[in-house]
Amino acid sequence: MKLTGAEILCESLTRLGVREIFGYPGGAILPVYDALGKSKLHHVLVRHEQGATHMADGYARASGGIGVAMATSGPGATNMVTGIATAMLDSSPVVCITGQVSSKVLGSDAFQEIDITGITMPITKHNVVVTHAEDIARTVREAFLIANSGRPGPVLVDITKDAQQASAEFNWESSAPKLPPKRQRPNHDQAEFDRAVELLNTAKRPLILAGHGIMVSGAMRAFEQFVRTGNYPVAMTLLGIGCFPANDPLNLGMMGMHGEAWVNNAIQEADLLIAVGMRFDDRVTGDLRTYAKGARKIHIEIDRAEINKNVKVDAALVGDAREVLEKLMPHIQTRDHSTWIGHIAELKGDSAVRDIQTLPDSGHLYAAHVINDLWKETRGEAIVVTDVGQHQMWEAQYYHHNRPRTLITSGGLGTMGFALPAAIGAKFAKPDSEVWAVVGDGGFQMTMSELATIVQEKINIKIAIINNGYLGMVRQWQEFFYDKRYVATPLVAPDFAALANAFGIRGERITARAEVIPTIRAARESAETVLIDFRVEQEDSVYPMVAAGASLHDMIRRPNNPLVETASEP
Amino acid sequence: MQTLVAYVENKPGVLNRVSSLARRLAINIDSLTVGPTENEEIARMTIVAHTDERGAHRLEASLEKLVDVLLAENISGRALLERDLALIKVSADQQNRPHLMELIKVFRARVVDVAPESLIIEVSGAVDKIDGLLEVLRPFGVLEMARTGRISMTRGGDLLRPPVPESTASELESTNSGVK
Repeated sequence: MKLTGAEILCESLTRLGVREIFGYPGGAILPVYDALGKSKLHHVLVRHEQGATHMADGYARASGGIGVAMATSGPGATNMVTGIATAMLDSSPVVCITGQVSSKVLGSDAFQEIDITGITMPITKHNVVVTHAEDIARTVREAFLIANSGRPGPVLVDITKDAQQASAEFNWESSAPKLPPKRQRPNHDQAEFDRAVELLNTAKRPLILAGHGIMVSGAMRAFEQFVRTGNYPVAMTLLGIGCFPANDPLNLGMMGMHGEAWVNNAIQEADLLIAVGMRFDDRVTGDLRTYAKGARKIHIEIDRAEINKNVKVDAALVGDAREVLEKLMPHIQTRDHSTWIGHIAELKGDSAVRDIQTLPDSGHLYAAHVINDLWKETRGEAIVVTDVGQHQMWEAQYYHHNRPRTLITSGGLGTMGFALPAAIGAKFAKPDSEVWAVVGDGGFQMTMSELATIVQEKINIKIAIINNGYLGMVRQWQEFFYDKRYVATPLVAPDFAALANAFGIRGERITARAEVIPTIRAARESAETVLIDFRVEQEDSVYPMVAAGASLHDMIRRPNNPLVETASEP
Repeated sequence: MQTLVAYVENKPGVLNRVSSLARRLAINIDSLTVGPTENEEIARMTIVAHTDERGAHRLEASLEKLVDVLLAENISGRALLERDLALIKVSADQQNRPHLMELIKVFRARVVDVAPESLIIEVSGAVDKIDGLLEVLRPFGVLEMARTGRISMTRGGDLLRPPVPESTASELESTNSGVK
């Protein structure tokens, strides 16, 4: 069957199970758009290509499948850079398709020509330029294979306009992926495995550090069995949240810079850390010289380049988290760690008395109230997509996720402007799920043009703006480390409710604690998107906090008045 | 100094990916040689990098993550044969020419070009040997020099072969229908 390159692309995407493409048209990708119009694929018109990549990313993270973003050459492609880097840092399988000028003028600085494969080389798992129609099907299939295998990541396919226009024979069977052969390394030797088992069965104060990799490998069941059998307490990374139920007594909560105080202290007191699908990021370790000095370390990780990168480990089990955990299971002895777990509970007790939720209503509206109420009202079952900053940390502390892929957030890159478009993508992936974008007033203003996308697509998400009139996390650093010199952090914003109305979206503004629950209820009952502007305490800070470069146990705690610290029981 | 060998796809852009990776990891490359193997679709690189064992591990593992890299291996510390080749243009007049010829003989180098005012000397061997020759030639006036950089091979039965293609990867294909 003879098809144009553009038709081959659409046919290939359809056969690969794609339903939605998030994109923005332009000259060098027009042949593909013409073919899209004749295909069954649904194209979501975004308002900025960064939004397209975040939507594809949100789609991928909510579904476990691959998100597809599309843009034209030049500025269309460069606008994708932030979204691609976001997906790269969080190992999210996104396939970006960009148009490119015709192969005959490549390298001539033609109109809207840019070397996007050169630009995105360090922020993609792989990228490729296609100049022949007959290579499109195989290349796209390879892109899908690369994006979601091993440690997932973004792949960019740059297709020249002449390749889109040319005709070629289309044959699905003969266009199977044909990637270069790879040396198959043994994941670990028996001695390393035996050493890990020995450590697991002799530890007195073991602690699991649970990361994103558990979700990526679909290891939730194996992980739960592993935890129960070994009776190990579990600490979560930000991206690991959801891989193990928050309401499980063995789940301690989040670790790291804004982790719970008892979790960080437990890490520092542990005699064995079992890291699963996490990479000892500086935001979870603090100062490496003082990190978990008394603990031996086991690292279960699919990416060999992560082994001994930041933290030297005693046993490295390289491989897919599920496979490694299943292999370990028969060797794990059930042991009583009640003394150790009891000790962690004591550490927790100290923080529980400081919880903002137990304090009398002072008339102030705190972000923690809003998020905790949202958690209660949604019974913890919504997909929450956050932006980056204070509200992101409060979400991680106060919204207790019991199911995987229900917290979607930019962890590694920390991309402001992520929440709104990623929430749109998540809604397309899970149309029957309740999706909330929780976003600060700063990040919202970066990508709020995507409100128009919501209206055009008639989708139903809920938007909670945690509006404190500041770039809150930066302001917090200025308060702590720059003597309260608030340079460039006070932030003027439009009336968000009125803005929503201008887009044809219902908008609410909340200033008192008593209004929070009724407004959330009303929003949930609506079949359309609702935006709620929560005007919260302006100079509240996230506690506890490990200053950048400080030791993990060296936390800045909430001053006495007002007493706010996390410890709400899930 | 660490020595790595990599087998890569012999196609445009691969050298850029490899060198760009070293740059991203802030590892300085002392020398990088690349040439086709007996299979013209596969090229072999010898990378000599200013880094420690830990850096070399990271470089090796990160290189193997690149789709176009078939294999990367740190061979530092193994029994190696190492070769470097240099062309050295040295100024030579009637008076010092005999002295030069003697040195060349001692170093088992060859004269490959003779001109009234200069000679081109070809020398190959271990890096030390070339450095040594260069040292004794300096007083004569080294006009120009080109070096290939090091190529390395493990000795004897310690084989480092490129992996062979598997039949097909299609059974592993990712689609959105089988979502986790």
